[in-house]
Amino acid sequence: MPNITGEAVNIPAMKDAFINRKYIIIALIVLASLLLIIKLFHVQVIEDSYRLSAENNVLRYVTQYPARGLIYDRNGKMLVNNQAAYDLMVIPTQTRSLDTTEFCTTLGITKDLFLERLKAAKIYSRKAPSIFLKQISAETYARLQEKMFMYPGFYVQARTLRKYEKPVAAHILGYVSEVDENIIKKEPYYKPGDYIGTSGIEEAYEKEIRGEKGVKIFLVDVYSRLKGSYENGESDTVAIQGKDIISTIDLDLQEYGEFLMQNKSGSIVAIEPGSGEILTLVSAPDYDPSLLVGRIRSDNYSKLQSDTMKPLFNRALMASYPPGSTFKPINGLIGLQENVIFPSTTFSCSNGYLFVSCHTHESPLNLAGAIKNSCNSYFCQTFRKVLENPEYISLSSAYEKWRGYLSQFGFGKTLGTDFVNELTGFIPAVSYYDRFYGKGRWKALNIISLAIGQGEIGTTPLQMANMTAAIANRGYYYSPHVVKKIGDAPNDGRGFTVKNKIDIDSVNFEYIINGMEQAVNGGAGATATIAALQDIIICGKTGTAQNPHGEDHSVFIAFAPKENPKIAIAVYVENAGFGATYAAPLASLMIEKYLRGQISNKYLEQYVLNLNLIKK
Amino acid sequence: MKRTVNIWARIDKLTVFLFLLMVVLGWLNIYAAVYNEEHTGILDLSQRYGKQFIWIIATIVIAVFVVIIDNRFYFFFGYFIYGGAIFLLLLVLVLGKEINGARSWFEFGSLSFQPSEFAKAATALALARYLNSRGQELTRLKILLPAIVIIMLPALLTAVQPDMGSVVIYLSFFIVLFREGLSPYIFISGLLFVLLFFVTLLFNNLYVTIALTTAAFLLTWFATRNWKVCFTGLAILIFITGSLYLLDFYLYKRLGTELVIMIGLILSGISYAWYIYRQKSVAVLIMYLFLAGSILYVNTVDYTFNHILKPHQKERVSILLGLKSDPYGTGYNVNQAVISIGSGGLAGKGYLQGTQTKFKFVPAQSTDFIFCTVGEEWGFLGSVVVIGLYMLLLLRLIFLSERQRSVFSRIYGYGVVSILFTHFFVNIGMSLGLLPVIGIPLPFFSYGGSSLWGFTILLFIFLRLDASRTEYLV
Repeated sequence: MPNITGEAVNIPAMKDAFINRKYIIIALIVLASLLLIIKLFHVQVIEDSYRLSAENNVLRYVTQYPARGLIYDRNGKMLVNNQAAYDLMVIPTQTRSLDTTEFCTTLGITKDLFLERLKAAKIYSRKAPSIFLKQISAETYARLQEKMFMYPGFYVQARTLRKYEKPVAAHILGYVSEVDENIIKKEPYYKPGDYIGTSGIEEAYEKEIRGEKGVKIFLVDVYSRLKGSYENGESDTVAIQGKDIISTIDLDLQEYGEFLMQNKSGSIVAIEPGSGEILTLVSAPDYDPSLLVGRIRSDNYSKLQSDTMKPLFNRALMASYPPGSTFKPINGLIGLQENVIFPSTTFSCSNGYLFVSCHTHESPLNLAGAIKNSCNSYFCQTFRKVLENPEYISLSSAYEKWRGYLSQFGFGKTLGTDFVNELTGFIPAVSYYDRFYGKGRWKALNIISLAIGQGEIGTTPLQMANMTAAIANRGYYYSPHVVKKIGDAPNDGRGFTVKNKIDIDSVNFEYIINGMEQAVNGGAGATATIAALQDIIICGKTGTAQNPHGEDHSVFIAFAPKENPKIAIAVYVENAGFGATYAAPLASLMIEKYLRGQISNKYLEQYVLNLNLIKK
Repeated sequence: MKRTVNIWARIDKLTVFLFLLMVVLGWLNIYAAVYNEEHTGILDLSQRYGKQFIWIIATIVIAVFVVIIDNRFYFFFGYFIYGGAIFLLLLVLVLGKEINGARSWFEFGSLSFQPSEFAKAATALALARYLNSRGQELTRLKILLPAIVIIMLPALLTAVQPDMGSVVIYLSFFIVLFREGLSPYIFISGLLFVLLFFVTLLFNNLYVTIALTTAAFLLTWFATRNWKVCFTGLAILIFITGSLYLLDFYLYKRLGTELVIMIGLILSGISYAWYIYRQKSVAVLIMYLFLAGSILYVNTVDYTFNHILKPHQKERVSILLGLKSDPYGTGYNVNQAVISIGSGGLAGKGYLQGTQTKFKFVPAQSTDFIFCTVGEEWGFLGSVVVIGLYMLLLLRLIFLSERQRSVFSRIYGYGVVSILFTHFFVNIGMSLGLLPVIGIPLPFFSYGGSSLWGFTILLFIFLRLDASRTEYLV
């Protein structure tokens, strides 16, 4: 049936030589489909990594930073508050090209800085967020917020920074800084850009004060726009606020102490003897803690660090001085307890004992008189009797006994405070002298200067304040500490309620305390009459810490009132000479301020303030 | 001749059912891919699913028209339709709108139209018409060459748009040729050459050449068991290459080792050809020609890849072959596609719950990468169902083709099978990272009027032919 083109059409498929090839084509289709199914099975059922990749794509983990706990003084006055800050974060893989000029103008940064920061972020991680610009101001944040949609890959993270109500107590409070790599390696809780307490209360109570970070999981699209929360927030964890800290510090007293210590270097440590609570801890010169907050931190830190007066150095805890005459009460106590002297024992003094000189005073003196007059001879002879006590088989073992008493007072070891960087001080062991003089070849006279708190001995102001508290308590102390309460709970679990008893009968303390009372209130011959107050009996002892580098340090320890003492204090004024000159009036002012809340002797206050030992 | 049957009653119900099912499933997946909370109305015409709804209504109208038209129309006007398609393909090169660097679209106001989608059906018609009366004599070059011209003409015209994806589709007509008697050697060689293409790009062509030579020697030995022939070849090769190397070493010192081996191969090849000619061994001669062809091909591919392919095409092939790992560059698409499919797991995340596609991590997710939505939201089970639907459709079409009494209808049917199969396999294969990313749609699923209408016309012409398979075309 030919058609118009002459072509044979509609040839029925009569003879089809290749009909079996349909099976090959069917096989091809089936095999290809199987290939797809096998690959699908691998990708969807066997391999798990795609699911993870998908989650990384879609889920944005936004860390919820808890606010650090606030810090209050013992009377509920605020010391440390928080302020809001904003970190601009970047996830490099999610950034798209953007108007760099406008971006930089908004942020007030240079293009070089922009490129540098972006590069640094990429080096840290392409997929994980890192801080692009730290702590941008609220105004910049407001300006940026309007344009945020133009900058995919960038987002703002709210943070809190410290805010200090008053420029005081920097050494107690410590400061907060960004974690470094070592910390991140050691403690996986911290991520780059996190803050951590690096000294003082901030460091010691970091775990309690920091709270717990939370995480909110958001869904984001390819432009990293938030598309709502993941699983309606069921997997989110809430940030737990840090606990507030009630410190033992008395803000008014602390402020007053720093006020008095202006233009001087040294320290004041005041302790409530009945509890070991540190009322005041001044290390002069100090600094305004606000200097170490936010973006100004690193600049200020290096300035403070290069200051020759070492304002960052916490003298109260870390400076080791010879205690000088403030050590005499201890030696008197040991003499009494070892029964080598009695309260009535008298020693004569003719301006010194052997090669240890002494000032002119009435002679002979009993124990109380010796403390009142601070007689060197008396304590040299007492110390010699302690060491040459026939009760002991050798001088070394007598010395060890003596050293044991000192250890009970907290010398030569840390006191177990809540400060991390407490210094032990130094009370030489027998082996020290054995090495120095040869074993068994040293006598009491070789180390006689220990009797008057000089020589190799080293103690910190904190230890001296603690010793004073132990004397005030008539034989025991609680480890000094700066935190009273964490949140609503008392600060226990750190051993601050453990009574550290000293093996000296309390009656012996009374004799020594009488001497200390005399030293302040004893009239003629008393070394610290300048510290005397009306109505309040201050028991004190002056000291002069020898300083080979210049003028001696003025030292004074005291507690008051005599019965039921409320405050024990140690005052060090570096390069101020005799203990009576500045340390004693300073301690007196502090005691009056604490017990009375006001100062009766304005002249004395002015006298202390006029002292300027820092050459400008 | 009187029409004896109602064509509507004779349309293949299963195929129509599969067609409608796929179109609806496709539409649901487009809705999921574009879905966002602000536009939830499923008929919102500003959104793609709204538009696709219109395309679907239109495509059903088109299908009806295609069926209404007399079956003889497709036979008689086969060449005219083909000619019209070629004309449009030429016209689009001149008047077409350039989108993504390719001139493949006509634009009339807000409507756009892609002629290459319709040219496929036209080519199938022309090929069927041509082979109808050629009595399965494709082994004769005189018969074969015009068929190849019919196939390659639209392929070349789409290639210059450039739209390499569609070129692959036209190559699939070789399946039709194979069914109609094309030598399996040519067919298998074709497949081998595709394979060799990728192997060449993966490895240094010198190594491929050496491997091919070694393979040829081994095959020669298996075929002839003649040590003399093999070792003569080896001896010639070693002698010529060795002396060339020594000559270069002492005289020029300029040719690299690669060049020495290449020249050695060519010279020894010529000498060996002369030797084989003298030996008159047919098996060795075939092997020799095969080897020579392969080596020539390998080096051509290398040259093509490095000098002819466009950079973005080179990139895509490179990524696929793992020559380059660049998850945020060119490979981003594939990577994200596989991630979204993989994240679906066994049972999927549930309809409209796919996060990867919904949040636009997958590019072209409603068009070329529509399968990602299926994979992510319906999981392995859903994906297998979709693949199963395609397999069922293709096998049904083969069954229908085989029951045709007219050669024309059968060949056209295989044309439909070839085109749909290639689209299906290449599209899903590229979504899974098995094949390079060439932008071709998934039939009936992908968003787009042109492609949906093109596939509908392609399919329904065949259903129309099948409905009147008992009639004569004239």
